[in-house]
Amino acid sequence: MKRQGIAEALRDAIAEEMQRDERVFCIGEDIGVPGGWGGAFTVTLGLDERFPGRIINTPIAELGFFGVAVGAAVMGMRPIVDVQYGDFLFLASDQIINNAAKLRYMSGGQIAVPMVMRAPVGATGRGSQHAQNMERFFTGVPGLKVVAPSTAYDAKGLLKAAVRDNNPVMIFEHKLLYGSKGARAEPGAVDATSDVPEDDFIVPLNEAAVLRDGVDVTIVAWLLMAHVSMQAANRLAKDGVGAEVIDARCLAPLDWTTLVASARKTRRVVIVEEGPKTGGVAAEIAAGLCERCPGLSVDRVASPDIPVPFAPVLENAYRPDAARIAAAALRLLRGNREV
Amino acid sequence: MTDNRPQFLLGLLERMIEIREFEEGVRFLFLEGQMPGTIHQCQGQEATAVGVCAALQTDDFITSTFRGHGHALAKGLSMQEMLDELFGSETGCCQGKGGSMHLGNMQKGMLPGIAIVAGGIPLATGMALALRMQGKSQVVACFFGDGAVAEGAFHEGVNMAAIWKLPVIFVCENNLYGASTRVDLVMRNTRISDRAVAYGFTGETIDGNDLLAVFEATQRAVSQCRSGGGPFLLELLTYRRTGHSRRDPCHYQPKSERQQWFDRDPIERFAAQLQSDGLLDAAGLEAMKSQAVQRFEAAVEQAKAASPPTLRDLETDVFVSEAST
Repeated sequence: MKRQGIAEALRDAIAEEMQRDERVFCIGEDIGVPGGWGGAFTVTLGLDERFPGRIINTPIAELGFFGVAVGAAVMGMRPIVDVQYGDFLFLASDQIINNAAKLRYMSGGQIAVPMVMRAPVGATGRGSQHAQNMERFFTGVPGLKVVAPSTAYDAKGLLKAAVRDNNPVMIFEHKLLYGSKGARAEPGAVDATSDVPEDDFIVPLNEAAVLRDGVDVTIVAWLLMAHVSMQAANRLAKDGVGAEVIDARCLAPLDWTTLVASARKTRRVVIVEEGPKTGGVAAEIAAGLCERCPGLSVDRVASPDIPVPFAPVLENAYRPDAARIAAAALRLLRGNREV
Repeated sequence: MTDNRPQFLLGLLERMIEIREFEEGVRFLFLEGQMPGTIHQCQGQEATAVGVCAALQTDDFITSTFRGHGHALAKGLSMQEMLDELFGSETGCCQGKGGSMHLGNMQKGMLPGIAIVAGGIPLATGMALALRMQGKSQVVACFFGDGAVAEGAFHEGVNMAAIWKLPVIFVCENNLYGASTRVDLVMRNTRISDRAVAYGFTGETIDGNDLLAVFEATQRAVSQCRSGGGPFLLELLTYRRTGHSRRDPCHYQPKSERQQWFDRDPIERFAAQLQSDGLLDAAGLEAMKSQAVQRFEAAVEQAKAASPPTLRDLETDVFVSEAST
């Protein structure tokens, strides 16, 4: 075991997979410059020295290098492609949605596209265009798998599973969870460290994690909101309310078995999402649970339908917090969904 | 090559005729309402597909577009697997899930057509990157039209192939029109091969209706790419004599321009050359055409009788179910 943050755990996962399988390589911006950054958040730092020729440093051309990764995957390579900020995935989305996600189907199963796409997300003091939670834009695309780890253990296990999967897998990483200490720590960063085993392990791409057991209300969240939801559950415990917290973790496909089992137990579900309320992943989880569990009480706690603001006071109001989550849970317990 | 050259040249003509008859036959089936979907055809552009693919080895790769029937036949896909696909049959090259715009067969070196303009260009660069990393000597020929040059994907994909010196032959079939828009309305410098210089590699503009000129230029490009001097941009000047798709009547193409390009028909030109070289006579040419028609008609009969996919196939092939080893 070693205590690691998400950035280190991802770095180890990439290195171990590159060591294990020579078809694995990394491609992206600022990942292979001697004396450089190791990607925008240091995840690939030092890997270019360990794996010469397999850390491909690209021009600033997201559409292009995502397409290059798809082309390489089609030929049997297993690229790990990353963007500096998730927002830039809009530039790459033609290659992700029209090619990576569809080539297997439209070729009648001739082609596999085994590629991993990594993208940092979350509102972190950078205004509107380096801030969006991008999960929602990809969870509804047939042919893509989408995961979003909230701990170092999950980050390593999910990344390794993603590299070994024969399909395109997107991993969303939260900028406030990479590390809460050291020079690269973001203001407001949350401790997402885990005891990470030295031995090889994976986390399956279709399983949610129950972070906390409870019988009164279920709180479903992922990424930063999983941590905030745990804070809310601790507050609720002080009021004698037992909240079950589920880290959805795998957003496409969703783990309906775990989600439904908890919903049937508590009959009340709060789904928490960083990002606009309208059209989010929470909407899909809410609808799916209501279809499967008639009579369920469901509420969503999400950001307002606005771009991410810059001023810290506004950004903090944008992001769901423990107080709002706990209040939503209490409203469901009182049988009152009105504000 | 010398001993087999007459046979080789006749084979090239035969392949061009096969493409022409295939396209004319498909057009008829489509207009009659027998064939579902939409079509984008390549009558008049046969020399680009055949000339380029003739300079490739069978294990080299091509990428194509929504206008890919000619590329597919030139790369060695059978009329049968293509017609089965066009009719939406489970025996089609993409099991009926791709259709006209996504014809392809990886076993024969053709990625299914990418129907987003320029979308195949970064893929070709990535395929070539993979071949390089795998230590293989194959090359990738990437077909696209003049319209693709305005897309960002062209710039990004071509630039990366250039900086990494990848073995890609970028083949621009400049047929003068992107849908209904003529090239000179969308580019100030209409000599597309000039773009190559800006990226630091070689480009050439070739008469794309001159089969041997296309073949020989591609040979040079392939040779340069195989020896590590890639990529290469080939601009092949040609003309789309059908509409962009379906029932487009081409009212935007001036009659004089159409006539000028009809007079430069790639099949007639090459057939005349072979006749003047004594390799072919009028009867031989007619026989070649009627044999292509016969093969097409036989394949159509079989395709019409082929089974459509079952509804069990609706949700298969979205994901690979097994993990890698």
